[in-house]
Amino acid sequence: MSPQITPIADTAQDLELTERILTPDGTRISNPQLDAYVADVDAEQLRALHRDMIILRRIDAEGVALQRQGQLGLWAPCQGQEATQIGTARAIAPQDYIFPSYRETGVIYARGAAPGDYVRMWRGEEGAGHDPSGLRVAPLQIIIGAQTLHAVGYALGIKHDGADEVAVTYFGDGATSQGDVNEAMIFASSYQAPVVFVCQNNHWAISEPVALQSQYPIAGRAPGFGIPSLRVDGNDVLACMAAMRWALAHARAGKGPAYIEAVTYRMGPHTTADDPTRYRESAELDQWRQRDPIARLEAHLRAAGELSDEHLAETQAAADDVARDMRAACLGMTTRPPLAVFDGVYAEPHTGLERQRGEYAAYLATFDGEV
Amino acid sequence: MTELTLGKALGAGLRQAMRDDDKVVLLGEDIGKLGGVFRITDGLLDEFGAKRVIDTPLAESGIVGTAVGLAFRGYRPVVEIQFDGFVYPAFDQIVAQVAKLHYRTQGRVRMPITIRIPWAGGIGAAEHHSESPEAYFVHTAGLRVIAVSNPEDAYRSLRQAIASDDPVIFFEPKRLYHHKGEVDLDAPLADAPPMGLARVVREGTDATLITYGAMVSTALQAAEAAEDDGISIEVIDLRSLSPIDYDSVAASVRKTGRVVVAHEASREAGVAAEVIASITERCFEYLESAPLRVTGHDIPYPPAKLEKYHLPDLDRLLDAVDRVLDRPNSLTGAEA
Repeated sequence: MSPQITPIADTAQDLELTERILTPDGTRISNPQLDAYVADVDAEQLRALHRDMIILRRIDAEGVALQRQGQLGLWAPCQGQEATQIGTARAIAPQDYIFPSYRETGVIYARGAAPGDYVRMWRGEEGAGHDPSGLRVAPLQIIIGAQTLHAVGYALGIKHDGADEVAVTYFGDGATSQGDVNEAMIFASSYQAPVVFVCQNNHWAISEPVALQSQYPIAGRAPGFGIPSLRVDGNDVLACMAAMRWALAHARAGKGPAYIEAVTYRMGPHTTADDPTRYRESAELDQWRQRDPIARLEAHLRAAGELSDEHLAETQAAADDVARDMRAACLGMTTRPPLAVFDGVYAEPHTGLERQRGEYAAYLATFDGEV
Repeated sequence: MTELTLGKALGAGLRQAMRDDDKVVLLGEDIGKLGGVFRITDGLLDEFGAKRVIDTPLAESGIVGTAVGLAFRGYRPVVEIQFDGFVYPAFDQIVAQVAKLHYRTQGRVRMPITIRIPWAGGIGAAEHHSESPEAYFVHTAGLRVIAVSNPEDAYRSLRQAIASDDPVIFFEPKRLYHHKGEVDLDAPLADAPPMGLARVVREGTDATLITYGAMVSTALQAAEAAEDDGISIEVIDLRSLSPIDYDSVAASVRKTGRVVVAHEASREAGVAAEVIASITERCFEYLESAPLRVTGHDIPYPPAKLEKYHLPDLDRLLDAVDRVLDRPNSLTGAEA
């Protein structure tokens, strides 16, 4: 018998190596690994997932529009990744704590973000867009992969507390090159921490293709750390939900960390400052449009006679309402007064900073009475 | 009062902090059965168990990043970085995560993390084992930085650092780990002077010598030697490098009018530069001469056989004192 090299796979691009329940044309197929995890999902729940994805796409489009209109400094679009974000996030229990990257708009949506939460950070009003303890979601993370370690530490705390909770962290394919992500897997494995790693492989880390980060499927790395993994079709919301339910159950049962690679595609730019036409072919984008996660579920529901035009119109109207509220919250934000730049640096008084605050206050006071 | 080495005092401080608050957990390489390479955590695994004295894989960013997650969960992690030169792989987690999360979240997330760093040179160590990285952390908003110089301070400041709701970089001068001093193990923490206060170690009237860490001992030796020449030197141990207690510093400068600031760390943009700039801003009119720095050179930390030429010693301190007092010195070329 010849030695076997793991992971056994051809390329990072081979989409047929992913687990799925819905084919790209919306046909429901049998998946022996995943079926049991979504056996309870009925037509009503499928419509709810469909609705979530439509609202998320609308939120994302509004974010792009607000940035183009000068209302946001930056926006990180997630168009195309709706199934991954909604499918996984809708499987997470309310008591679980999430450590996301900056692109997880759908995750904070699923956790009940308020309209202003989507834009507060990107507009530059505050360093974090939402109340972490309220949503049980850490502030969006921009340093690539740093949050994965935070999730592991949190999970270690869960384990020590004996709590019925799981920590979840999201990151992209580019992050898998970071030392922190690899260290996070080592620590998670060493301590058998109840943490779920969700890699959203959206194929591009700005202009660097996934193959530059990983010559082999990313999910193949986790077993090397002793962490079981699944590679799912990230544009199949049912497969994403099933995989996440598997991973969460694994972690919740005290079996340690689990890992999901959701193979999806970022249809828009990396951020609104990026121009993907400089580095990727339009044919690739066209190919991925055929795999659109929303269209896929819609086709499935239509074929099953479970989606009416009226329902779709209502959903679109609901999405427009969310976007309208988001825009109103954005435009209605008031910037805090100048001395607020000093607020919250320390939890306890720091004499050096207090002196600077005093000096700046005195300086500002020299303008009192000016028009 | 109990006589303890600085290392034992730190261990006693950790033990007391862990008894006081069951949310205090320790993380680091070799801190469990071995008790740390300097034995600071000796015996703590036996008393508190592996859930509170956590041996970690060998990854500094992983250690600090995991501590961040524990802090999110309501724990008070105390991290041991094995040597000063090993803190750099954790730099991102410290300056971009630990230091900023409180500010980013308007105080909704607290990072009560203490990062202990065996620190600085003079023990003939291998490369990367004698660094003085304090300026990086002093320059980072959101962190507090403490540098201790004696067992009593070590015991008290470490407990204060752990009790603080802010993250604290805690520098332990490893060449003093075996130095002994009296420690009041039973003194209530509430009665102790605040963590950020400097201490006048020796009173004097002719010049102020400001330093911290292991250099406090050298400064005291310099003050004693100067006394033989009829020069009265006031020695200040800063103890806290962020914030710096400028009220105490300025009070001394107004008394003496002459200042020397000393540290082992390199000179450019170092703590001494900050101290002197602040003195100049606050009490320029009291100065009788230009304040001087005595520091390590702007070189990578040299090989052990050469470190004595890098570290400020008694003679370099006295030479600087002569200069601020306009006495014959190395620049004038005249003999004392």
